[in-house]
Amino acid sequence: MNEIILEVRQLVTEIHQRRGWLRVVDDVSFNVRRGEIVGLVGESGCGKSMTAFSLMQLFPTPAARVTSGQIQFEDRDLAKLTADEMRRVRGAQIAMIFQDPATFLDPLMTLGNQIAEPLRAHNFAGNATARTRELVAQMGLPDPELMVRRYPHQVSGGQKQRALIASAMACAPKLLIADEPTTALDVTVQAQILDLMRDLRDQTGAAILLITHDLGVIAEMCDRVYVMYAGKIVEHNTTRELFRAPRHPYTQGLLRSTVSLESASAELFAIPGTVPNLNELPTGCRFAPRCPIANAQCKQEPPFVANDASAVACWNVERAAASDIWKLEIGS
Amino acid sequence: MWFYILKRVAQALPLLLAVVVVNFVLIQLAPGDPVTLLVGDFPAPEEYVKQVRAEYGLDRPVAERLVLYLGQLARGNLGYSFANRMSVAELIGKRIGPTLQLMFTALVIAIVIGVTLGVVAARGRGKLADWIAQIGALVGYSVPDFWLGQVLIILFAVTLALLPSQGMRSARSVATGLDAFLETLPYLILPATALSVRFIALFSRITRSAMLEVLNADFVLAARAKGLSEGRVLLAHVLRNASLPIVTVIGYNLGLLIAGSALIETVFSWPGVGRLMFDSITKRDYPVMTGILLFVSLTVVIANLLTDLAYAALDPRVRYTR
Repeated sequence: MNEIILEVRQLVTEIHQRRGWLRVVDDVSFNVRRGEIVGLVGESGCGKSMTAFSLMQLFPTPAARVTSGQIQFEDRDLAKLTADEMRRVRGAQIAMIFQDPATFLDPLMTLGNQIAEPLRAHNFAGNATARTRELVAQMGLPDPELMVRRYPHQVSGGQKQRALIASAMACAPKLLIADEPTTALDVTVQAQILDLMRDLRDQTGAAILLITHDLGVIAEMCDRVYVMYAGKIVEHNTTRELFRAPRHPYTQGLLRSTVSLESASAELFAIPGTVPNLNELPTGCRFAPRCPIANAQCKQEPPFVANDASAVACWNVERAAASDIWKLEIGS
Repeated sequence: MWFYILKRVAQALPLLLAVVVVNFVLIQLAPGDPVTLLVGDFPAPEEYVKQVRAEYGLDRPVAERLVLYLGQLARGNLGYSFANRMSVAELIGKRIGPTLQLMFTALVIAIVIGVTLGVVAARGRGKLADWIAQIGALVGYSVPDFWLGQVLIILFAVTLALLPSQGMRSARSVATGLDAFLETLPYLILPATALSVRFIALFSRITRSAMLEVLNADFVLAARAKGLSEGRVLLAHVLRNASLPIVTVIGYNLGLLIAGSALIETVFSWPGVGRLMFDSITKRDYPVMTGILLFVSLTVVIANLLTDLAYAALDPRVRYTR
């Protein structure tokens, strides 16, 4: 197995609201190895994007902070870096791509200039113009000479996302964080972008942390998966094992709620209830109020998460594995 | 592009015509009679007054005079000044240079200082610098510029005797070209400052709010994720995008700048169009008044056209082809 390049331990991230600081990422630990594609999956609002922004120490809202925990990236703890040291990591060693390429590109700047920006910011030694052309060609964009002079409004959604990826890959980062990179794209374009990301991993050896709510994307792309629920990681495993034998009731419910050709005729399944409000979290397991097999212990004590090859945060793993726990829900 | 400019100029012609007609009629409706001012206050013989009135064509009905005036205008003749006994075109022509010089200086001061203050305020939102800039803008916008002009004269020209207070160069000056321009600079400082203050306030407020809006944009987050320095993010992305509303406000305020210069030119005896307008109003010098209003309208039309062209230069999504 390759060496670990990112090891996150007990990460806590909070955002400020009127009632005080709210924990949106609570005691999250995970790791990423060189050249690996790791998935972080969960519903909207579960804290998966905030986890990604915590790694960059860059937040879309001003009042957010990494409160505690370690973000060991190679030989450094990113949580301990100064603002300027962290700036030199961003875009150079860890790069990020985003959900909606239309709003994440500056409408007034040519694609070429936006792709070249990280090169200039991190004092790229070679010829930035030539490197930009090379990147554009590598992203499978047609006619690089013309493309670098285009503005975002002159190209398609898929081409915009390719330009964003080109900009992220400019300095050959060791880790690429992709926050829902295909959500805003057409289905046919989604597959192309995913192929491109996998090719880039193969060519450059960059690891990818893929954040998505789409289990289809996870199944297609990832080597390993972490499942997040209400700010905590509830299960992690290799993708193959997770899909073959999901252990946490939430993971089981998520997998059941996907639509496949075989089940298309049946009624669509949804986990009953809603994600708890982070202001009013249950004391025990956060999934207990929606879990069909929750017992007294689940409602009082938070389940323990072991951090080895695979782990699950549930008191009733055996019972969850033994039978199809969601069957009753469908009946009722 | 050229087609677009030509089209805009052609569209401006009816507008200018309307301005001329409305002004011409409105001025006739205003109280006061130019002939009494020409003849003087002392009791003049009735015959003489009548003769003067006929000489200037003021005994004809308004409609007839309007048609005559428009006919002249079409041939490029702005008319003849009763009070100055000189052609209006020549009179305004001599005054345009000083006015543009004053306006342009005040505009540059207002843009440089106003935009800088706005950027500083937006960067330190809610902090001390922001509060100072905000309160300063409120005060600057509220102070009447003619009053500020007089205060500046008392302080810098009378009490401290540092700067000249009246005119645009020494009465005995014979300098020409660049020398004349350099000689004007000390005379320019006080009026340009007084004229620019409210625009500094206005531009700093609009810059601040435009910057704050752009700061929340996704592409600013993306720029930070590239590891750009904060200064680079602010200049290359935030200010560039915020410049669109800023340019709009600047362009549409050029008209106000001319109005403001009428007062400032009067306070500082600046020999410009604004001062001429003030004088022509007190003397009921109709042709000069109409001519100046035409000049002001033309300036506003040109300013709006330049604003739209600046917009196209700044934003690649805006292209004027037809």
